[in-house]
Amino acid sequence: MLAMALALAGPSAGAADPDRGAALYEARCGACHSLDAHRVGPLHKGVFGRRAGSAPGYQYSLALESAAFVWDAQTLDAWLQNPEALVPGQRMGYSVSDATDRADLVAFLRRASSR
Amino acid sequence: MLIKTLETPTPSRRSFLSRSGGIALSGAALALLAGQSRLAIAATGNPTGDVGILNVALGLEHEAIAAYQVGAESGLLQKPVLDTAVLFQSHHKGHRDALIATIEKMGGKAVAAKSNADYAAALGAGALKSQTDILNLAARLELGAVNAYLGVIPAFGEKELAKVAARLAADETMHWSLLANALGKPVPVAALSFGA
Repeated sequence: MLAMALALAGPSAGAADPDRGAALYEARCGACHSLDAHRVGPLHKGVFGRRAGSAPGYQYSLALESAAFVWDAQTLDAWLQNPEALVPGQRMGYSVSDATDRADLVAFLRRASSR
Repeated sequence: MLIKTLETPTPSRRSFLSRSGGIALSGAALALLAGQSRLAIAATGNPTGDVGILNVALGLEHEAIAAYQVGAESGLLQKPVLDTAVLFQSHHKGHRDALIATIEKMGGKAVAAKSNADYAAALGAGALKSQTDILNLAARLELGAVNAYLGVIPAFGEKELAKVAARLAADETMHWSLLANALGKPVPVAALSFGA
């Protein structure tokens, strides 16, 4: 059982890999999000450096709309780890428990925001 | 036929026509809600959060219904693939009806669908030029839905809603598997590939 738990926990955090993050993004985030269009969730192009809850044309929860922080590596990591802890009353029920996965996703979002 | 359909045991006509709280429920909704009278009274846990998650799920279902509609009307899908797409769309309509019924029974307001044109634009439907393109889009959406439904299970305050999400994920996994097979994609080599 310990071996299975360790296997499910995944590898330890290392250097962030935006290419792996891209694959993770499609598999885990792609149901609700895309880079270029609002879908169930808001678009992610330009998310780095953007104030939370401020992408034009997307109807955010009141909680996120009222948030006063900017998306960066730290806030995105905290959001992906536990969105409700960061912004109580927000609508995203999905979280990413593995630190390496979060780091790779954030690296991908950083790269996508700079293009 | 791309697939052979399997009729599941059918509830009695009486149960299909049952009414609860003034809301006429579809067969799928009744099946999902069977034995969950607690939801109609007062959900435990975090009902506001649960309704929010269900509305996100409903948004996914609205989008899936529109995606299959765009595919069906594109003229690019040939029989029997077209028939299968319409069947899968009917499953998503069943999911939609069940989710709306559940949200309303919990006192929430179900999110409305956008126009098919809006969904088509957001999904880049203008770039779809072949049946394979459409099947790839459908497979991508279905896999995303599988992972989304599995991913939100721990977030539900109400355990029965977690079960609903798992059942929705099972349907989407069935869709993805058949689409992947039609596209000639390999079966995942690793165990536990969904929801990871």
